[in-house]
Amino acid sequence: MLVNRKLILAHFWLAFAVFGVALTLGAWQMFIRSPIGTWLSNPELYYRSLTAHGTVMGYVFPTLVAMAFGYAISESALQQRLVGVRWAWAGFWLIVAGSIMAVIPIALGRASVLYTFYPPLIGNVFYYLGVVLVVVGSWIWVALMSVNLRVWRKANPGAPVPLAMFANVAGSYLWAWTAVGAALELLLQIIPVAAGLKATIDAGLARIFFSWTLHAIVYFWLMPTYIAYYTIVPRAIGGRVYSDSMARIAFILFLVVSMPIGMHHTFADPQVGAGFKFIHSAFTALVALPTLLTVFTICASVEIAARLRGGRGMFGWIGALPWDNPMMLALAFSFVMLGFGGAGGLINMSYQLDASIHNTQWITGHFHLIFGGAIVIMYFAIAYDLWPHLTGRELIDIRLIRTQLWLWFIGMIVTTFPWHWVGILGMPRRMAYFDFGDPAIAPQALSVTLSAIGGFILLASGIMFIVILARGMRAPQIDAGPYRFALAVHQPTTVPVALNTHALWVALMIGLTLTNYGYPILNLALSSGTSVPAVYVGAQ
Amino acid sequence: MSAEETHHDSAEVAARVERRWATIAVIIIVMMALLAAFAGIHRATMPQPRVEITDPSRLHLSGEFVESNLGSVLEANGNVTVRAIGQQYSFTPACIVVPADTPITLRATSADVVHGILIQGTNVNAMLVPGYISEQLMRFAKTGDYLMPCQEFCSFGHEGMWGKVKVIDKTEFADRAKGGGRLGCVGQ
Repeated sequence: MLVNRKLILAHFWLAFAVFGVALTLGAWQMFIRSPIGTWLSNPELYYRSLTAHGTVMGYVFPTLVAMAFGYAISESALQQRLVGVRWAWAGFWLIVAGSIMAVIPIALGRASVLYTFYPPLIGNVFYYLGVVLVVVGSWIWVALMSVNLRVWRKANPGAPVPLAMFANVAGSYLWAWTAVGAALELLLQIIPVAAGLKATIDAGLARIFFSWTLHAIVYFWLMPTYIAYYTIVPRAIGGRVYSDSMARIAFILFLVVSMPIGMHHTFADPQVGAGFKFIHSAFTALVALPTLLTVFTICASVEIAARLRGGRGMFGWIGALPWDNPMMLALAFSFVMLGFGGAGGLINMSYQLDASIHNTQWITGHFHLIFGGAIVIMYFAIAYDLWPHLTGRELIDIRLIRTQLWLWFIGMIVTTFPWHWVGILGMPRRMAYFDFGDPAIAPQALSVTLSAIGGFILLASGIMFIVILARGMRAPQIDAGPYRFALAVHQPTTVPVALNTHALWVALMIGLTLTNYGYPILNLALSSGTSVPAVYVGAQ
Repeated sequence: MSAEETHHDSAEVAARVERRWATIAVIIIVMMALLAAFAGIHRATMPQPRVEITDPSRLHLSGEFVESNLGSVLEANGNVTVRAIGQQYSFTPACIVVPADTPITLRATSADVVHGILIQGTNVNAMLVPGYISEQLMRFAKTGDYLMPCQEFCSFGHEGMWGKVKVIDKTEFADRAKGGGRLGCVGQ
C-alpha cells in the first residue's frame, strides 16, 4: 500500500540526481590525478571537488535513499498510511535547503575542508550549517519512523513487527545516535570558530567526536542494503528467508556494536592512549558477527529458492538460480564486493596491520568497494524493484538493467583493486597531484591509470542507471499490485519481546557508547592546553 | 509421519545448522581479537601508550621542538631519537637521516593543522595533530632512500608535502654524530 508515492519519488530523485553530480566529480578526480590526466595548474579545484564528492556521497545521497526506502517500508510493510506526511516534506525541504547552503561555499572554494572537517582547518560557516540542516532533516525521518511503528503497535498489540520495519527502525535509531558525534563536534567546536566567536579549537577532541560518527555511519549506509538482502531478494528470486529471528538478531547486533568502535580510525592518533584503541579494535571484530550471520542466512535463503526451482546437488543448485533476474545479479555482485571489502576491513581494524595502510589509497579503495560497491549496487536494485510500484509503470529495459549492474560491478573492481595495491605501496590519500616522473612513484602509474579507467566505467553505469529510471517514468502503465516483502520459511506468529522492540538495544547502544567514548572525551574536554589556533581556509 | 511433524523436524534441522554457523562465527571473532592482543603484547606493536601535549604556537620559542633541536640525535645508549615537525606544506627537517639496524624513536608534532607522517615501504605511520606529540618506534633493516609524504589533507598545498628519509650505515652515522648537534640530510 504505497500511498505517498510522490514523497518517496522526490527523495529518490533528489538522491540520484546528487549522486550523478558527485559521481561525475569522482570520475574527474580519478582522471586528473592519474598519469593520463593533464597537469592541474590549480590544485585547489581538486579539493573543492573532493569536498563536494565526499559531502554528497557521505551525507546527502545515502541519507535520502534510506529515507525514501524507509517511508516505502513503513507504508507497505505496516500496510498503513504514513503518519506525519507534512513533517516528512519538511524534512525533505530541510535537506534541499541544507545541500544548497553547503554547496555554495564549496563551489566558491571557501569550504575545501573535505567531508571529514578535520579542524583546526576551518571553512565558511554556511558549509557546516548546511550539513547540520541535512542532518536535522533526516532526524525528522527518524522520529517519523518511530511514530509510525508506535501507531501500528497500538492497532496490532503484541503482533510481530514485520522484519523490514523492525530493521528500518533499528537503522533510523542507529543514524540518530551516530550523527550525535559529528553534531557535537559541529555545534560545540567548529561552528563557534567558523562564526568567529572563538579562535581556538581542540583538534584531537574533534577527531574523537568525528570517529563516533565516521564508523557507525557506514552501518547506516549499509542498512537499506541488508534490509534488501533479507526482505526483498528472497521474494524477488522466488525463495524464502531462512530464519526470521536470525535476521532480527543481525540487525540488533548492528544497532548495538557498530557504535562503540569508531576509534579504530584513530589508531595512528596521538590524543588517545593504547588502552581505548585496543578496546575499540576488539569491538570492531565483533561487528563482523552480524555480517557473518547474514552471509549464512542469505546464502541459505538463496539456496531455498534454487531448490524450489529444481536445483540439486551440493553446489549444482547454483546453476538453477534465476541469473537473468537483476535482483539475483545485484545480490551476487554485492556479496563478492562485500567479501573482498570485508576482508580489507578486517585488516584495517587490527592495529598491527592498519599501520601499514593507514591513510593510504588502500583506505579509499576499501570504502569505495564496500560503500560504492556492495552497498550502492543494492540501492540500484532497491530502486529497480520499487520503481514500478512508485510510478505505476513497467521497467521494460531488463537487459539494460543487467548491463548497468555488470558495468557497475566491473567498474568497481577495476577501480578499487589497483587502488588497494597502490595503498600497499604507500601512496597517500587526498592528493591533487602525483609526480609520476619520480622513480619511486613511477611504479604506481599503471595502477592509477587502471583506477581512472574504472572510474569512467562507473560513470557510464551511473548514467545508464539514471536513464533507465527516467525512461521508467514514461513507460506503459501497469498495475504493479501491492509491494510485498519476503516471507520466512517459518513465518513467526509470536516473537519474543526482545526481538520485537528496540528499547533494550537502544539503551545498550547508548551505554556502550558512553563506556567506550565517555572517558576519552571527558579526558580531552577537561584537560587544558590542548586547544590550538584555527586555520581558516582561503585566508592565506 | 504427519506433515506437521516433518515441518517440526525440518525446523529443528534448520535451527541446528544455524547454531553451528553462529558458533563458528563467534570462534572466528574471538580468535581475531586474541591474535591482535597476542601480536600487541608479544611483538610490542601497540599504539603509543601515553598522551603528551604541546603548544603549537610556542613550538619555535622553547622546548623540545625548537628548530635547533630538530633532526636526529645519537643517544648515550646507542639508540637514536628523531624530532620533526610538520607545517603547511613541509616537514622540518625535510630530509631525515638515520642509521640502519638501530632502534629509533620518532617524536613529531604539527605547528598548524593536522598532518600525517608516513614512510613508504615501512609501517611507520602516524598522525600529527597540533597540540599533541606523536611518538613511534622504528627500525630500518636496509640502507637507502625512502619517501615520506604527508598522508592527511592539510589544505591546498597538501600534494606538495613530501619529505625524505635517508637510512645510512651505522658506522657512518656514528661518525657524523661525533660532532654533536642534530643531524639532517637536507640538500645532500
